[in-house]
Amino acid sequence: MIRSLPNSHRYLYGYKLYMGVYFAFLFAPLVVTCVLAFNDSQFPALPWKGFTLEWFTGDLPQRVGIFHDRMNLESIWVSAQVAFFVTILSVTVGTCAAFLFEQEEFPFKSALYFLMLSPLVIPGVILGISILLFSNTLGMFFETRWGIDVPLFRPGFWLVVLGQFSFIATLVTLVVSARLRKFDRTLEEAALNLGANRFEVIWHITLKFLRPAIFGAAAVAFLMSFENFNTTLFLVSSDTTLPINLYLQVRDGSTPVINAISFLLIVGTSLAAIVNLYFSRKQE
Amino acid sequence: MRMKNRFHITLPLICFLTPVLLWLVLLIVMPHVELLRMSLRTEDISGNPAWGVANFMNFFKEPIYWLTFVRTAVYSILVTLMTFIVAMPVAFYITKVVAPRFQGFLMMLLLMPFWVSELVRVYGWMILLRESGVINHFLTRLGILNQPVEMLYNDVSMVMGLVYTSMLFMAVPLVSVLESLDDSLIEAAYDLGANMFTIFFRIVIPHAMPGIVSGSIVVFMLTLGNYLTPNLMGGKNSLWFTEQIYNQFIASFNWNQGSAFGFLLLALSSLVIWAGLKLTRQKLSRVVQ
Repeated sequence: MIRSLPNSHRYLYGYKLYMGVYFAFLFAPLVVTCVLAFNDSQFPALPWKGFTLEWFTGDLPQRVGIFHDRMNLESIWVSAQVAFFVTILSVTVGTCAAFLFEQEEFPFKSALYFLMLSPLVIPGVILGISILLFSNTLGMFFETRWGIDVPLFRPGFWLVVLGQFSFIATLVTLVVSARLRKFDRTLEEAALNLGANRFEVIWHITLKFLRPAIFGAAAVAFLMSFENFNTTLFLVSSDTTLPINLYLQVRDGSTPVINAISFLLIVGTSLAAIVNLYFSRKQE
Repeated sequence: MRMKNRFHITLPLICFLTPVLLWLVLLIVMPHVELLRMSLRTEDISGNPAWGVANFMNFFKEPIYWLTFVRTAVYSILVTLMTFIVAMPVAFYITKVVAPRFQGFLMMLLLMPFWVSELVRVYGWMILLRESGVINHFLTRLGILNQPVEMLYNDVSMVMGLVYTSMLFMAVPLVSVLESLDDSLIEAAYDLGANMFTIFFRIVIPHAMPGIVSGSIVVFMLTLGNYLTPNLMGGKNSLWFTEQIYNQFIASFNWNQGSAFGFLLLALSSLVIWAGLKLTRQKLSRVVQ
């Protein structure tokens, strides 16, 4: 049953087989995608026609590798910019929310806490259309009332940032709150007794303590934003993010360039995951 | 209104409260009020804008709409159930069966694929399953199949894709809840003569309930609101409700009808989550931690 109890061989081997099949299921699509990025063929399919790097570096008319693919490179850049602003915004507001819910008392606190959690259970598509509708109405209002055209209210870069921020901030709040709950508040009291004001205490003591959680939350926020599809789908305009751009290509037939991009994403995120894991282990 | 004794308006409170209120009011509350308002906008007989429930009536009048809705709901529940059945043994193995020194490594293997974008994972399945795909290539090579078969674009491949996509959100809460289960409880039950099924249903499952509920809620919500996987892996006939919303917004440009659909999806998701919490006597604020 468990490791401290006697187990039959059949049970253990059966279990190992199940885990083997499970991990094969888990990794099969990723491995196949990576391998076919190096296949010397016009289509992301077998048979194997030999190893090539042309889907990365190629610059021929019929074979444009990812490093020369203007459209895909641009969408990667857009995604990185969106993720950067989403991370800054959600870490700032999420940390404020963690302090608010952990250390402050005010009326209707539990109602507001419930509201803060709600983005976790609202489907991303709904969040996307709601924000689209609201910003559109605001835009119309500003236009008819004062004759001002506010670009922020039209689908585009900043609306994507706000849409992703609206639910990523909740995740940051939860991560930072969990760490803040472990904080020994006598340290704050000591600093206050020694004449520091509340903001000095937060800046010099509490934020230092929260730093690992904040960095961890920032990494997760960046990744979630970089890969978001559902909310972005409704808020995006001409400057498409990478997931949207890839989706359009996959839907209309694919080339091994998509495998090359996927390979880079898989390698990049795996490295980030290992680094993140290493640092979180070290902290413990 | 009576306020709590400890409540004072202080500068830190204002500094923390303002950005949080701006976020929640402008990006969560107001947009959803607007969603409801837009769904209730319609036209009267002479074509002037008016209030009414015509958009919701359309939903019930057209079988394609409500059939898609029911289909999406039923499949989402099915996917949640299947994800649990697949993930539970995995979580149990990692926390209770495998030697502790492999635990960290297995946990890393478990999490790794989910750092990668959902699109890349779905794309991987497309390359594997489609008619010119890798699995067909091997099966025809081995002589098991005479000619390639289309394995993509049907309900089975779609459900499998959805289970695959949501696996992480079930496995992680299960692992963390099983970690807190004291081994000696299982040992005691074993010593007292309980068999595996009794141990599983009387000890493991009751203890794991908070994890099961939180995993199920997230998986259900993500499946219900998924667009990519049903769109890319499902067939022409396996329409998902989010695709209906997308069609109303982007293709037909009928935002009022789309809002009504969006509102219905939100209502369904909230209702099922609420029912799940009530049935298992859990609280949302406890479940998310």
